[in-house]
Amino acid sequence: MQPVTEPRVDPAPSRLNYRMQRLLLTPLFRLVLRVGVPFMVGFGGLTLWFSDEERRDAFNLFVADLRAEIEQRPEFMVKIMAIDGASVSVSEDIREILHLDFPTSSFDLNLDEMRETVVELDAVETARMRIRQGGVLQIDVVERTPVVLWRSIQGLELLDATGVHVRMVEQRGAFPELPIVAGEGADQAIPEAMKLFAATGPLIGRVRGLERIGERRWDVVLDRDQRILLPETGAVQALRRVVAMDQVIDMQILARDVVSVDLRLPDRPTLRMTDHSLGEYRRIKTIESQEGRL
Amino acid sequence: MIELYESQRAMRNMRKAAMQRGVIAILDVGTSKIACLVLRFDGVNGDIEAESVGSLAGQSGFRVIGAATTRSRGVRFGEISTMGETERAIRTAVQAAQKMANIRVDHVIACFAGAEPRSYGLAGSVEIANSTVTEQDVARVLSSCDVPEYGEGREVLHAQPVNFALDHRSGLSDPRGQIGQTLYSDMHMLTVDAGAIQNLLHCVKRCDLELAGVASSAYVSGISALVEDEQELGAACIDLGGGSTGISIFMKKHMIYADTVRMGGDHVTGDISMGLQVPTQVAERIKTFYGGVMATGMDDREMIETGGETGDWEHDRRTVSRAELIGIMRPRVEEILEDVRARLDAAGFDHLPSQQIVLTGGGSQIPGLDGLASKILGHQVRLGRPLRVHGLPQAATGPGFASAVGLCLFAAHPQDEWWDFEIPVERYPARSLRRAVKWFRDNW
Repeated sequence: MQPVTEPRVDPAPSRLNYRMQRLLLTPLFRLVLRVGVPFMVGFGGLTLWFSDEERRDAFNLFVADLRAEIEQRPEFMVKIMAIDGASVSVSEDIREILHLDFPTSSFDLNLDEMRETVVELDAVETARMRIRQGGVLQIDVVERTPVVLWRSIQGLELLDATGVHVRMVEQRGAFPELPIVAGEGADQAIPEAMKLFAATGPLIGRVRGLERIGERRWDVVLDRDQRILLPETGAVQALRRVVAMDQVIDMQILARDVVSVDLRLPDRPTLRMTDHSLGEYRRIKTIESQEGRL
Repeated sequence: MIELYESQRAMRNMRKAAMQRGVIAILDVGTSKIACLVLRFDGVNGDIEAESVGSLAGQSGFRVIGAATTRSRGVRFGEISTMGETERAIRTAVQAAQKMANIRVDHVIACFAGAEPRSYGLAGSVEIANSTVTEQDVARVLSSCDVPEYGEGREVLHAQPVNFALDHRSGLSDPRGQIGQTLYSDMHMLTVDAGAIQNLLHCVKRCDLELAGVASSAYVSGISALVEDEQELGAACIDLGGGSTGISIFMKKHMIYADTVRMGGDHVTGDISMGLQVPTQVAERIKTFYGGVMATGMDDREMIETGGETGDWEHDRRTVSRAELIGIMRPRVEEILEDVRARLDAAGFDHLPSQQIVLTGGGSQIPGLDGLASKILGHQVRLGRPLRVHGLPQAATGPGFASAVGLCLFAAHPQDEWWDFEIPVERYPARSLRRAVKWFRDNW
């Protein structure tokens, strides 16, 4: 059937060539070829390389070395610590509890954790930490300011305005300007105590301190063993009333010979007199009644 | 009748699948060249589909993204004669088109010219069940058409409803929803040799492709070469191909007749080869460079060197005048056109209101053909080029690509065929649910 002369060159692609081209034009196949195959080759190669224990260790060592090298660069080193806003003793405490060995890398410092540690100190109210340029660990501390002395079974303590312990004190004379509170649970009511101190006004010179009674109300202790018993609620108003009563020229109750002014029932202030004055009172009353009878 | 259309329905489904994937290949298997175009669909627009009977198979905008042609091998008279050769040629064209499109195509719509198409006009009528025409009535009237004996070994290629009539109103394109008593339909059926389709199917299968549709080359070149008013008023498209000449007559935007003359450009080449004693390739070259059908005095003086490689100086240095060449070509072209005339007369073309004739196909590029054709076929003759479609390369815009371009249009917007309509209930299998529903509706 073949003609005598050779047929002209057939440009037709071979069946294999044709199928191959069609396969290469298939989108999924192309995707696999372009993404899947390089990925698999790379992944397989890496897996093969890492399957050897020695190489794995060498790689880990290399990574660790590299990391250390970067961390130890002078740009990242912290050389000194600067503490602002703290007294000498507090800053010494801070240095002691952080116990950092300078110079150290800033990568090794966990500032958040360190801040927590610093804030846990009694004397520190808030603290801010940052690593300043030039390798300085800057700590800005706001100390707690003691506003009151608390005399308790443990001894004398300094408390701040919210009643938080600042530190123990040996002598009352070290802080003559601070008022004193006493009694169990007094530290829970320091804000009220501060208001009461503010309300004493002209009596301030006579006030020895406040005493917490039964963890619920305050007594104002004056000199000459006088006391003002305040109610649980409305203590400040009650104290103001007492002060006002004291200020009235004719009354001046506190200047008299009374032991205590009881305002626990605010509607009915009660005075308690000394035995002597009570005797005197009775004597005068008797005289008055006899005069009347006469 | 249902079994007959199952393969066509399967192809329609394949075509829908291809349109969803967005790419489809067009394959014009001709005698002288095989053209492959790769189309990308922009998206199916469903709105138009719902509005009329038309476009039951769906339609879409498209763009040509790949085009390739190759010399055809193993095709004679528009039919595949050597399977292996043709398969290789199809492979060449498809591979080049795929490469240009840079996308893989799996579905192909093919057309071919030969296989002795025969046209039949069918008529059917049916009484409408409940005074309003439903889709079922359309299906019933289509299936009531009396199908002639078209013979063993032939296959229906196209079966298009051309016209619907309701009582005495004719010319309806969509009778659904109208009120009447009797529905008539006219249908045009085109049958071809089953073997040719089988061969084509086999070749396409061997190239790892799926056939998503087959069309007649005469029909699709009519789609692309005729302009709208010609299709509407009546015109004939003469596709002068390599091995066969296709004739299709259009009326009211439907093909009403198709035929082929089993002669074409290759026969002209053969005549030149025989007459001038030159090889076929040389004859082809002489035909395309110097060919013509109208001789003038100038042509006597224009000498053409035929060349040769026999070694005999006298033989190899022969020259022939262009007038001689025209003298060889003209009788064959006349013969083809006479044959076309005979087919047109047989089809009753002269009864059409407009008798426009459009010449297209590679053979229509012979200089002076329009003058010769108007002498034989009538005065209203023009040369037709295919429509412009998006993305078609300049090289593929010539008249030789009329059927390829027409096939693109056919792929994007096929006319409704019989198998696109619903199957009438009576013809459903006995246990069908639809049949049960119909029984229920009839009896209650």
